[in-house]
Amino acid sequence: MRAFDHLDGIALPLFEDNIDTDQLCPKQHLKRLDRAGFGDALFSDRRFNVDGSADPTFILNQTPWSRPAIIVAGDNFACGSSREHAVWALVDFGIRCVIAPSFGDIFFQNSVNSGLLAIQLPRQQVATLAALAMTEAGKPWRIDLPAQRIIAPSHSTIAFAIEPERKQRLLAGLDEIGITLQQRPAIADFEDRQKTTEPWLWQANGN
Amino acid sequence: MRQPLGPTTLFDKIWKSRIVMTTAQGESLLYVDRHILHEGATPLAFAALRVSGRALHRPEAMIGVIDHTIPTIDRDRPPADPQARAMMAAFHRDTRDYGVTMFGESDPRQGIVHVVGPEQGFTLPGTVMVCGDSHTSTHGAFGAFAFGIGTSEVEHVFATRTVWRKKPANMLVRIDGQLPEHVTAKDLALAIIGRVGISGGTGHVIEYAGSAIRALSMQARMTLCNMSIEAGARAGLIAPDDTTFAYLRGLPMAPEGAMWELALAHWRTLRSDPSARFDKTVELDAAELRPMVTWGTTPQDVVPIDGHVPDPAREADPQRRTAMERALEYMGLRGGMAVADIQVDDVFIGSCTNGRIEDLRSAATVLRGRKVAPGVRAIVVPGSGLVKQQAEREGLDTVFLSAGFEWRAPGCSMCLAMNNDVVAPGNRCASTSNRNFEGRQGREARTHLVSPVMAASAAVTGRLALVAPHEAAR
Repeated sequence: MRAFDHLDGIALPLFEDNIDTDQLCPKQHLKRLDRAGFGDALFSDRRFNVDGSADPTFILNQTPWSRPAIIVAGDNFACGSSREHAVWALVDFGIRCVIAPSFGDIFFQNSVNSGLLAIQLPRQQVATLAALAMTEAGKPWRIDLPAQRIIAPSHSTIAFAIEPERKQRLLAGLDEIGITLQQRPAIADFEDRQKTTEPWLWQANGN
Repeated sequence: MRQPLGPTTLFDKIWKSRIVMTTAQGESLLYVDRHILHEGATPLAFAALRVSGRALHRPEAMIGVIDHTIPTIDRDRPPADPQARAMMAAFHRDTRDYGVTMFGESDPRQGIVHVVGPEQGFTLPGTVMVCGDSHTSTHGAFGAFAFGIGTSEVEHVFATRTVWRKKPANMLVRIDGQLPEHVTAKDLALAIIGRVGISGGTGHVIEYAGSAIRALSMQARMTLCNMSIEAGARAGLIAPDDTTFAYLRGLPMAPEGAMWELALAHWRTLRSDPSARFDKTVELDAAELRPMVTWGTTPQDVVPIDGHVPDPAREADPQRRTAMERALEYMGLRGGMAVADIQVDDVFIGSCTNGRIEDLRSAATVLRGRKVAPGVRAIVVPGSGLVKQQAEREGLDTVFLSAGFEWRAPGCSMCLAMNNDVVAPGNRCASTSNRNFEGRQGREARTHLVSPVMAASAAVTGRLALVAPHEAAR
């Protein structure tokens, strides 16, 4: 996983509620056997018409929003399916930060594992940022994770909270599995205990 | 660490029993008892595991199925779609190389991951269960803490048999009373989501309780828990009881003999204490519920079948109004119109929500002696090979076929349309599946979520209208 420190780029105002993972990465892209290149899949049913041409009414096809680094979204962003492909599509497209009042739980969990910063702020603050992304269209933003600050155009700076473990994982781009495997003795102890307390879970699965 | 003192909930008990360790910041390493795999989410996790050179921990405590991409016709031939073929081939290779039991396309036990796990007795009370699929919440029907995870965490569980989590909050959904005729677990689920909203359960694990829940069969409980994710919940669960134990006893992977007795004694302790505290409580009266249908593009957009599509003009909140207008435009509906006037093109009966034998039986009750309306294409996709065999033993295939339904082979099929079972652009589908998101069943496809009884009724009437089960068929 790529480490996350500062992020510079423009913000896309997409202040809709319940943008689901089926929109973020439609199912036709879930059959790939390679984790790379999912940027093409991002919002593909909204970005492209059936004939493959770009749909000019979708904001991601409009200047100056076509290459954002940040999305400012509505409530319950990325609800629905557990497909981590939704995170890969965003990151591969160049979007490594989403600011929203709330997120789908599974996406929130997946995001940190693929180096995307999900920032949760009160709805009113997100609405203000979405309006700013619209009025100050195309101006650069900075996300400063070490300082936990969003530096929006017109020098407006907003602090955000993040759980220390999430922050640490993003900053370090840690190999989560490697870290967990350091707990192998504790896991083995747990397993030994469970073999006594719930032995039926340790029988072969019947085949 | 937030450790509950005094009375605890069922979820508190399961959580506590699976903690390997907890960090100073309150994040716990949670032991995973059951990991169930399917070809849709797993090949990329296996690929990463291979690259890392790490071992797969406890392959004997996993099972795999092929369900997401598999065609539901012409099963004697390999799928025409080269990508689906490649995914299935990768899954065959990976499960073989790592020693995981897998029910492939020609195995009679093949089917949807959340139908097969319970059917085999792989899903057991008190366990933590994961799968790379959001509808893993289904298994909560057995009193398990079961939730969907992404590919990175599938790999994490492969190597470590654990996940890192902060403890979610407790939410109680209590439903007392008796469900009226034709009101099923699906209607119950839709009514709950309509009440709490699709993010109403965010950050919570829902426990369903009350006399109406106790009266539900295991299959109905699975339908209800399946839809927990559509309320945004981390998981949904129901305390195991005699209904649970009767269902589990004798299943191929359930404990037997002395081990069964030992397990049973433990499982009987799995319940919330009478005075346990919940962070959020919702109560519904079962007797007041009616068959439900969705009109919009999220599962919270529900109305009773005899109701009307809501009118955005009467919505005060401007953002909500815009969302409603957008949904109605996508759905090709007018605000204020009667639900019964909505005509359908397709009917889909199946999925991990409603693809079990009781679902097929209830749909067949409506279809006996009736015909699918002209112009409607109706398919039924049993949730597993065993469901299909059972239905055929009962003659349900004949009922469906005589009515004009297509009788298909098991898989996820038209619920997410990853195979060829796609709703055509602009077509309207009465579907027993779980998501009515834009494009879910196919690009520009319009989905109305309903129960199997309602789906069968829609097939017969050609509209979202309920017919009484056929008297003559009794």
